[in-house]
Amino acid sequence: MRVALIGQPNCGKSTLFNQVAGYKADTGNFPGTTVTFTESSVRVIGEKIDLVDLPGTYSLTASNLAEKEVIRYLSSNRVDVILNLVDASHLRQGLELTLELLELGKPLIVALNMMDEAARMGITIDGPQLESLLGVPVLPLIASKGRGIKPLFTSVLDRGRNGTLVRRIPYQNQDLDDIILSLSKELQEMDLNLDWEWEALAIRLLEEGDDLLSEAESGDLVLRRTIEKYIQQVIQQHGKTPTWIFSEERHAHAQELADRVSTLGEERVTWQTRADDLLLHPFWGYVVMLGILLVFFQVVYLTGSAIEGPLISLFDGMIAKLGGFTGQGSLITDILTGILQGISGGVAIVLPYLTPFLLGMGFLEDVGYLPRLAFLMDSLMQRMGLHGKAIVPFILGYGCNVPAVMATRTLEDRRDRFLVATLSIMVPCAARIAVIFGLIAFYLGSWIALLIYVFNIIVIALTGRIMSWRILKENPGLILEIPPYRMPTLRTTFLKTWFRAKEFVIEAWPLLIAGSIFLELANRYKFADILNLLTRPFTWLLGLPSAVGLPLIFGVLRKELSLIMLRQALNVTDISQALTPEQMITFTIFVVFYIPCLATLAALRKELNTRDMFIIATLSVVIAMVTALIGRGLVILVTSIGVII
Amino acid sequence: MRLIDIEVNTAVEIVSFEGGKGISSKLRRLGLMPGDQIIIIKRAPFRGPLLVDANGRSVALGRGVAAKIEVSLCE
Ligand SMILES: Nc1nc2c(ncn2[C@@H]2O[C@H](COP(=O)(O)OP(=O)(O)OP(=O)(O)O)[C@@H](O)[C@H]2O)c(=O)[nH]1
Ligand SMILES: [Mg+2]
Repeated sequence: MRVALIGQPNCGKSTLFNQVAGYKADTGNFPGTTVTFTESSVRVIGEKIDLVDLPGTYSLTASNLAEKEVIRYLSSNRVDVILNLVDASHLRQGLELTLELLELGKPLIVALNMMDEAARMGITIDGPQLESLLGVPVLPLIASKGRGIKPLFTSVLDRGRNGTLVRRIPYQNQDLDDIILSLSKELQEMDLNLDWEWEALAIRLLEEGDDLLSEAESGDLVLRRTIEKYIQQVIQQHGKTPTWIFSEERHAHAQELADRVSTLGEERVTWQTRADDLLLHPFWGYVVMLGILLVFFQVVYLTGSAIEGPLISLFDGMIAKLGGFTGQGSLITDILTGILQGISGGVAIVLPYLTPFLLGMGFLEDVGYLPRLAFLMDSLMQRMGLHGKAIVPFILGYGCNVPAVMATRTLEDRRDRFLVATLSIMVPCAARIAVIFGLIAFYLGSWIALLIYVFNIIVIALTGRIMSWRILKENPGLILEIPPYRMPTLRTTFLKTWFRAKEFVIEAWPLLIAGSIFLELANRYKFADILNLLTRPFTWLLGLPSAVGLPLIFGVLRKELSLIMLRQALNVTDISQALTPEQMITFTIFVVFYIPCLATLAALRKELNTRDMFIIATLSVVIAMVTALIGRGLVILVTSIGVII
Repeated sequence: MRLIDIEVNTAVEIVSFEGGKGISSKLRRLGLMPGDQIIIIKRAPFRGPLLVDANGRSVALGRGVAAKIEVSLCE
């Protein structure tokens, strides 16, 4: 039995999914957290079902790729039961989608989620009445606390087994109903192979014929003409396209339903308004924003560096003693050294910074600060030819560039997607944190690391400015729902951090160890120099030792590798003995900007196409080269001024 | 009157959407249609967006978008 979670953005679908399937889908307090589907086989109340988490969508007429995913899933996979989550505190809006889902004629169950919030706002909903008005089960739910899950799934199983068909609620406008009926009759006579009920198909085709038709792989002219005929008929009778008139009807109907079954509470919880008065204030809002970022930065730095130092010396001590046990310069010693280097890179350099970073990031996401940032930064983003919504991929980029590139699905225009994808891969992800903090902050002080972040933002903004000037088109402007603040639970914050850190532990760490072993062998058998020759033009231009070449090449696999292998390649335990501050800065800037890691390249290829992937990768090398040279120039300038003074 | 010219904390009713199909259909999908009441809660500085309350839901609207929404005052 396949059960699909469908609902408007941010209503708690992924939260429910995770409660049932274990933490497998990212959640966050902003619309558009989920951009792709996640399937999981789970056992509920003794029965095995396939549960699917889908992106949120306001309506079945999709406007962006994430939402199209929902329609595509519904039409191409056999979904046995639709589990429709509705945010009980915004019942009216949620019901618009519910009415649309009813038209599909599939077994449907409505879960009123966020009952706790609705109660806090003084909203009461008459569930049984709504149930009888809609003709489908309606159950209360608090997904974040796991309340109501059992009765909900009992009902789901029941519906799934009995395959109860669902009847749509007829339109109050008799004309529309007639049109739907006669079109569905005509469709029935044609032999279409689509997994829809005839009436559902008729409505969908009237609302947005083209998308569905292309999926039906029928350049079928007769069908096209028929639909066109009906669309014209609606336009003539009502002066509006079917898309408009259908949604207007549902809009009015949803309002009517909501008015009948719910009583509104008093005004919004006041602390929410107060918090927004401060956080969205024309002046203080920005002060607080900078404050939050600075505190975040300092916490990551202080925790990370407190752990990095002692752990590094511990491992270095072990490596130094190794020769005594297994023989100085023997093959086994070299391999063990590589393994230890790789392990220490993970425990001592990556995780100490990654963990506090992920915790803080998860907190900001769950509390609901990201959409507020979009609001605050919209006018600045406008100057880069974008709008505030694009801030979300950027912020996610600080965690990892892959979800950042995927998050561009929530942007409607292809132009925006290309631009944001290009820019967001320049955002220093958590892997590059290791380099910025582990190298720069550790050896040169945290404020230089901060300068690198600022420099990075300036470069991204300038690139955006230049690119949007090259591919200028009208900027569509910001339209974004701002959810209420929510207090994250300790449990979700930790689960989420683990979910993301796991990616490093399982995928990247083995690579770090393998890379370190490889480097030991490359040095042992003297082929490192040959490989380094390949990158010599770059390293020479940047004024770096040629041994830096291999770490840079390996950085394409995972950016952490660049730093972990650096110590080894230079054959020192203390990098400051081998590199000058100027070289460290040049190296770091280059690492931050040049080719994103393989996983990101793959994501670019998937979200855009192969050609764009190559364009972006090449561009990134050019930008890395230019910015590293600029950085180098700046350091030389500053130090020579320092000498003169 | 356009939404962009309205003061903070004034209740207005949407009359129509102007211009491109893109903006009006995006607003429609969010559940914002002619006839609905909205109130501006905040305005961001530097030609930034507006924050409006639409049927109990907070929505940020860029200037360009707000300039395309025709509204009338409600009593
Ligand atoms: N108070 C409360 N918060 C909830 C409840 N369910 C989910 N949340 C919170 O609502 C936010 C959104 O949850 P998600 O599960 O990411 O929502 P989603 O529907 O998957 O969102 P999209 O993927 O963007 O469509 C998170 O911050 C959750 O912690 C609930 O029942 N009560
Ligand atoms: Mg989700």
